[in-house]
Amino acid sequence: MPDAPGLELIRGEIEQDHPGAILDTGFDHGAASLSIDPEHVLAVLTWLRDAPGQGYRFLSSLHAADYLPAEPRFAVHYELLNRDRVERLRVKALLADPGEDALPELDSCVELFPTAEFQEREVFDFFGIVFKGHPDLTRILLPEDYVGWPQRRDFPVGGEPVTFTYNERNYG
Amino acid sequence: MAELTDDRTTEVMTVNIGPHHPATHGVLRLVVDLEGEVVKDLKPVIGYVHTGIEKSCEDKSYWKVIPFVERMDYVSYFFQMEAYCGAVERLVGLEIPPRAKYLRTIFLELNRIHSHLVWLGTTALDLGAISMLWYCFRERDRILDLFEMATGQRMHTRYFQVGGVIEDIPLGFEAKLRSFVDEMPVRVGQYQALLDRNEIFLSRTKGTGIVSRERLLELGVTGPLLRAAGEPWDLRKAFDYLAYPEMDFKIPVGTVGDNYDRYRVRVAEMLESTKIVGQALDALPDGPFIADDRKYVLPPRSELSTSMESLIHHFKLVTEGYRVAPGELYYAIESPRGELGCFVLADGSSKPARVHFRDPSFVNLQAFRDMSTGTYIADMICSLGMLDPILGGVDR
Amino acid sequence: MRSRQLTARDMLRGDLEGEELERYVEQKVVLTNFEKMLNWARSNSCFPLTFGLACCAIEAPISVVTARYDLARFGAEAMRASPRQADMIILSGRVSIKMAPVVRRLYDQMLEPKWAVSMGACSSSGGMFSNYAVVQGADKFMPIDLHIPGCPPRPEAVLYGFTKLQRKIQGNPDQGWRQRYNAAGTEEWARGGPRSEPSAESAEAYLAARELIGA
Repeated sequence: MPDAPGLELIRGEIEQDHPGAILDTGFDHGAASLSIDPEHVLAVLTWLRDAPGQGYRFLSSLHAADYLPAEPRFAVHYELLNRDRVERLRVKALLADPGEDALPELDSCVELFPTAEFQEREVFDFFGIVFKGHPDLTRILLPEDYVGWPQRRDFPVGGEPVTFTYNERNYG
Repeated sequence: MAELTDDRTTEVMTVNIGPHHPATHGVLRLVVDLEGEVVKDLKPVIGYVHTGIEKSCEDKSYWKVIPFVERMDYVSYFFQMEAYCGAVERLVGLEIPPRAKYLRTIFLELNRIHSHLVWLGTTALDLGAISMLWYCFRERDRILDLFEMATGQRMHTRYFQVGGVIEDIPLGFEAKLRSFVDEMPVRVGQYQALLDRNEIFLSRTKGTGIVSRERLLELGVTGPLLRAAGEPWDLRKAFDYLAYPEMDFKIPVGTVGDNYDRYRVRVAEMLESTKIVGQALDALPDGPFIADDRKYVLPPRSELSTSMESLIHHFKLVTEGYRVAPGELYYAIESPRGELGCFVLADGSSKPARVHFRDPSFVNLQAFRDMSTGTYIADMICSLGMLDPILGGVDR
Repeated sequence: MRSRQLTARDMLRGDLEGEELERYVEQKVVLTNFEKMLNWARSNSCFPLTFGLACCAIEAPISVVTARYDLARFGAEAMRASPRQADMIILSGRVSIKMAPVVRRLYDQMLEPKWAVSMGACSSSGGMFSNYAVVQGADKFMPIDLHIPGCPPRPEAVLYGFTKLQRKIQGNPDQGWRQRYNAAGTEEWARGGPRSEPSAESAEAYLAARELIGA
């Protein structure tokens, strides 16, 4: 994990080439994170992967989170790992909710990290975040004709209440 | 692979395997393009056991989530518990006592042996070595007896708690465990005697399903699959968690990365895990088995009838649960299949806002296409067994 | 043993007479009707489908056939990979909305008489997973003959449940209740209509086949 000055150095170097790419840096429970503008996600990931002295070549996990009611609402997390120095770095691409009929969009990083293919499909399946340039962006875990994005916070859990005989007889 | 002559008309046939198929280890569906018997392309179709566990977790208080996450990867349930409990402990800043660390290490490694035994039995069954199933499940039942003795359940034990483990090990457990640790290397030797010089097994596994180390890393593959390709990457050594820094064990690695190496690596891991269990048992410290923080940990049962304060804590913990300050955390451990990561997002309430699992089976399954393209369909079945996907973990 | 063989030989030769013959018949012959015998034989040679869904799959199709539990004692160890050859389907695990049509199709493809066992809390009632992805009980879409409680049930519980199923089979129960699921008969016949009558095409094909063989 890069320490606080290291994280600021990373921020400064990225800002040189891509001004406005980094929105914020943070330390949370001993883990470093970079919040970035979704426009620059590929540029930042490429730099972190290829720049000398960085070498975050392994994408451990790609997942999304819904921060409702915060704004911007969604974030796609990239858990990067440098296996030589055993350092983790989280990159968060913050995405605003475009409203009822539109879906938030983000560049796909399958070209950079082939491991993201299934995970981006999963994020699309559950959050409705569209990854531009993904080779096969379809639902992966839910049936193809399913309607809705179940992992969003405003989606109901579903299921049905349990009807016990006792309750039915007395109150039903 | 046989060269196909030009005068023979070859046409690509698409075959659907699964979701109900005895060789797919669960409800995996494979759409395979075949040219004769040679696999040209394949696409795994998953989601047939998608259970919505991550969504259900958002509806439960923190301590009620533990039984849900156990049921994801149903062969390595202790690992899911450790990933989740470890993540919550780090979120709330709770240190677990040394005895709990050692007990967790013991159960995790027993679970790793158990998982590899299930894998070995079913995969050898796919390759025609039916007797392996009986031998592997004999030892599996012994491990389950140990689980049952300590926790009361064979599977899905809910033994790990946020703060430690729920109960101390019972009287007589140590002796039983020690006899198991003494016996296991002999048993592993018996498996090897059955398989290592079995000509059918060797010719079906050697040289099949090879994927280069670089490609595996690109695909995010971890665990025994990566180690079989010669990359000594193991989170138990790389990161420091539980009692692993104090343990003396080796990381088995392969050379070629074919299915035979994958078999050898897992069998060697069983022996290493047995060693870890033995060491942890020898060094098992005395003391409390769960942290003494009443904000997060249930008070002992005996205090409830004497202490009003304990009763209030108990009531509060059981009804509402504890609140966790806003924050997010990704915590990864080495499961029998690779890097098992748990991402917990807390929003300040008593329920997690998101629990996500980075399941190794899910990510490793992407390598299956590379492993099988260009091989015979029989080798594809072998590669699928050696990949060891648990569909409950893939679909969650 | 030897003396029993000798008596049997005498009986076959016709040497046994009178009281001796009567005693022999009393000892050796059980009178029953054909139906009972058939159901007894069916209950003791129930072929399960090799089919697993989730957690319970490790316990039921795999663990119960291994040496410690040994389902072979009850005559059900012959796992069949094809539903056409199986008598019994064990739903071992949660049934998701994506899997439910597949499970129903497998059940429909099995030949009569067939039995469905729902193993564990999930396939019986949805269990702890009361959410958008899991069917809340498999008996919402197919007839279930037996529910085994547990999460997951121990192999002993599965064995006990199976002996219960055997007793049910021996009782030759009326299967008419499955009409409400439109689930009597195999798939080809069930497709025709709500009461499992053959579809027009299959009836036509049947008549044509009878004509062909001159029946």
